[in-house]
Amino acid sequence: MSELGSAPLIPLGPSDHVRGEGRLVVVYGDYECPFCAVLDHRLAELDVRMCFRHFPVRSSHPRAWPAACAAEAAAEQGAFWAMHDALFADQGRLEDPHLWARAETLGLDVERFDAARRSDAVLARVKASFRAGVRCGVVTTPSAFLDGVLHPGRDVLDHF
Amino acid sequence: MIVEAGQPAPDFTLRTEEGEPFTREHLLGRTSVLVFYPFAFSPVCTSQLSVYNDLLEDFTARSATLYGVSCDASPSQIAFKQQLGIDIEQLSDFEPKGATCRAFGVLHEGGFPQRALVIVDPDGTVRWSHQADSPGDLPGVNLIFDEL
Repeated sequence: MSELGSAPLIPLGPSDHVRGEGRLVVVYGDYECPFCAVLDHRLAELDVRMCFRHFPVRSSHPRAWPAACAAEAAAEQGAFWAMHDALFADQGRLEDPHLWARAETLGLDVERFDAARRSDAVLARVKASFRAGVRCGVVTTPSAFLDGVLHPGRDVLDHF
Repeated sequence: MIVEAGQPAPDFTLRTEEGEPFTREHLLGRTSVLVFYPFAFSPVCTSQLSVYNDLLEDFTARSATLYGVSCDASPSQIAFKQQLGIDIEQLSDFEPKGATCRAFGVLHEGGFPQRALVIVDPDGTVRWSHQADSPGDLPGVNLIFDEL
């Protein structure tokens, strides 16, 4: 079996981004995916414990990888969720200057942010998230695991 | 019913993006993954091929070549490929429509391919096959890598 063969959903770990209390929802999402933004908005209004994992689909969403790296870079300054929310709030502006503007608005060290988002370490974290998603059967966004069961695609919105 | 593991891949003729014939002989000598998908430009197919394309290096590392197969005409497939910016070679089953899909047992009664995957070994034997429960279901790429 290859390193991309089937594997169970990875349990929550220290590298995960988790917020809220309640029923656990593990989301594999993409910051350029409009249905992911809708799902994120709905989850924010519910009593759920959400774990967000990156699943940027490059061919469909060319700015998804840079956006995911921006969120991880912000995490290095303790601002993952602030950047996460800012990215979903305006999916029409995901080019580099827009990412720098977000970092500045959030009060981050922009130079450090920009170096981090281009770093191998951040890229490796996003890549690891994507590949872990592949292994547990994710192939589209948004995808969410509820009680360990995968709900792929926009139909997941029917659950919230 | 979809061709099963251990069977020889059936004889078939598809058309490449250049309009050239692509037959069973072209599968020999390499591991091939045939990705049958219902329609170019449909949202589900878009996601499936995008994710598969992002893992092409991993397929190459396992000496496997991916082909997208649908009943769309080549110009539609080419436009689809260009819009997505993907590199997966497209093969058309447009004329006679669905003949290859029928030979592989994956022709939907509606006249389009089921969403199906077939791995063919270098000697032309089917190594593995999978048909989704419905055309709207996306088979994870992990299922292919389980077999490579």
